[in-house]
Amino acid sequence: MDFISILSIFVLACFVGYYVVWSVTPALHTPLMSVTNAISSVIVVGALIASAAAGHASSKWLGLVAVALASVNIFGGFAVTQRMLSMYKKRERKDA
Amino acid sequence: MPEAAHAQPAWVLLAYLIAGVCFILALRGLSGPESSRRGNMTGMLGMAIAVVTTLVTHVPYVGTLESARANETYLPDFVTIGEILLAIAIGGGIGLVTARKIQMTAMPQLVAAFHSLVGMAAVLVGAAAYLNPEAFGIAVRITPIASPSFASILPVSRIEMGLGVAIGAITFSGSVIAFLKLNGNMSGKPILLPLRHVINLGTLAAILGLIAYFTQDQSPWVFATVTALSFAIGFLLIIPIGGADMPVVISMLNSYSGWAAAAMGFTLHNSAMIITGALVGSSGAILSYIMCRAMNRSFLSVISGGFGGDAVAGGGAAAAIDRPYKRGSAEDAAFLMSQAEQVIIVPGYGMAVSQAQHALREMADLLKKEGVRVKYAIHPVAGRMPGHMNVLLAEANVPYDEVFELEDINSEFAQTDVAFVIGANDVTNPAAKTDKSSPIYGMPVLDVEKARTVLFVKRSMGGVGYAGVDNELFYRDNTMMLLADAKKMVEEIVKSLG
Repeated sequence: MDFISILSIFVLACFVGYYVVWSVTPALHTPLMSVTNAISSVIVVGALIASAAAGHASSKWLGLVAVALASVNIFGGFAVTQRMLSMYKKRERKDA
Repeated sequence: MPEAAHAQPAWVLLAYLIAGVCFILALRGLSGPESSRRGNMTGMLGMAIAVVTTLVTHVPYVGTLESARANETYLPDFVTIGEILLAIAIGGGIGLVTARKIQMTAMPQLVAAFHSLVGMAAVLVGAAAYLNPEAFGIAVRITPIASPSFASILPVSRIEMGLGVAIGAITFSGSVIAFLKLNGNMSGKPILLPLRHVINLGTLAAILGLIAYFTQDQSPWVFATVTALSFAIGFLLIIPIGGADMPVVISMLNSYSGWAAAAMGFTLHNSAMIITGALVGSSGAILSYIMCRAMNRSFLSVISGGFGGDAVAGGGAAAAIDRPYKRGSAEDAAFLMSQAEQVIIVPGYGMAVSQAQHALREMADLLKKEGVRVKYAIHPVAGRMPGHMNVLLAEANVPYDEVFELEDINSEFAQTDVAFVIGANDVTNPAAKTDKSSPIYGMPVLDVEKARTVLFVKRSMGGVGYAGVDNELFYRDNTMMLLADAKKMVEEIVKSLG
């Protein structure tokens, strides 16, 4: 991919992000933060590439540490989001 | 597959694109609690696609390993799939245990800690890319006459890499400070260094200048200095910011962690990372904006810091202690509320600190049994992060359709018998509407004083809110102060109601 196509993806994704995030209900802003946190750990892709790259030992170890750090976020972030979201419940009876 | 690192097959590009779309859908799901759980699952699916795709395309198979060993005299230190799975298992295990054990009141700290990890991962990936650029397909090999060949990193990649590492480092050290402040290991008071604006702007200029210079000279010292200065500036930027501004800080760091991922995505030409980075970056930016608007402050005034502290005992606050106020007991409160037609509960950070949300729900249940209508009113900056109060109430099984945002409920206070303020202060201060000299003037507040009676749960009369201003509300005729720990007070009210 050349720089311009990457830039196009980036700019369009910024707009998508802008509209999608404004549609998030304020009651779910904390889960929004934890899930954005989980997905920003997609940086694990870079960490995996670094750890798998041949020819440089320290690059491999830096990559492996980054894989572990990002994994904390991926698993922790999605799990805590799921835990929070499962708590949001509607009123059971309409007797108020 | 020699030199195959950069040329990615079409299916790989497609897989990363699908992962990116999954992440968009994950955020889209958060428009309502019903769709949100499915959205979160979609996010997990996207992450799985991205990870598996990378593993399949990058971790060397036995075949390539053999050929690589045969071709090279120097035996490179290859990673094995076992080592990678071990790293994932260690990190994932820590993450899962933390996610399960963490108390909901500690969510702001947890999110800050998670941000710091994204930042650090970005720095490490950047460093790995710097040390081994050919593996990332961002370098050309140059062989000068009479000296050994070396990998020259492409200029555009140097800028992307420099920015990625800088933003990552700022995210890391800033989040660590935010974590320490939120977790109480460090005072919430702003720490103001002399000449801090000069120091900060100078450091930022130095970082940008060095990144520009990096395109001319890829020596290790440039890369190392950029990284070190960025760690320093993250620290310097957050220490002057007071506790009350933490919702903005945490949203801002959220945004930074996204931009760091996006910058790394540019370096690696990876659409999943770029899409995610853009999503997270704009999400954090919008949340920061919402938080600033809810405090009627500009983003610049927040990040320049110095606002509020643990308790700024100014002359005004000291004089205020002598003013007359009405003090009530749990029995009085129970009686007033059980006679009411409608009660609006206004929770704030104090409720989180004393973990009063479960007792509060019990109280609301008993009131409902008596035929009282109970609603909750939430100010956008109540608590230490966006949506903090909503999560705590949800944890205590408060149905989310009883919980209202400021603009949806503010007109109702005038027709409400009792406003029950628990652990909130500045967000109820009428001075924000009337007193032009008040530091919180212009901030949208909940009109609790319009209710027939205001019950104000507070630990003692001495302390002031995080903004360091006295609250006029305490001394009004229709206000009754309930001075005790929030949880104990609510439990006593429950006892008298039951």
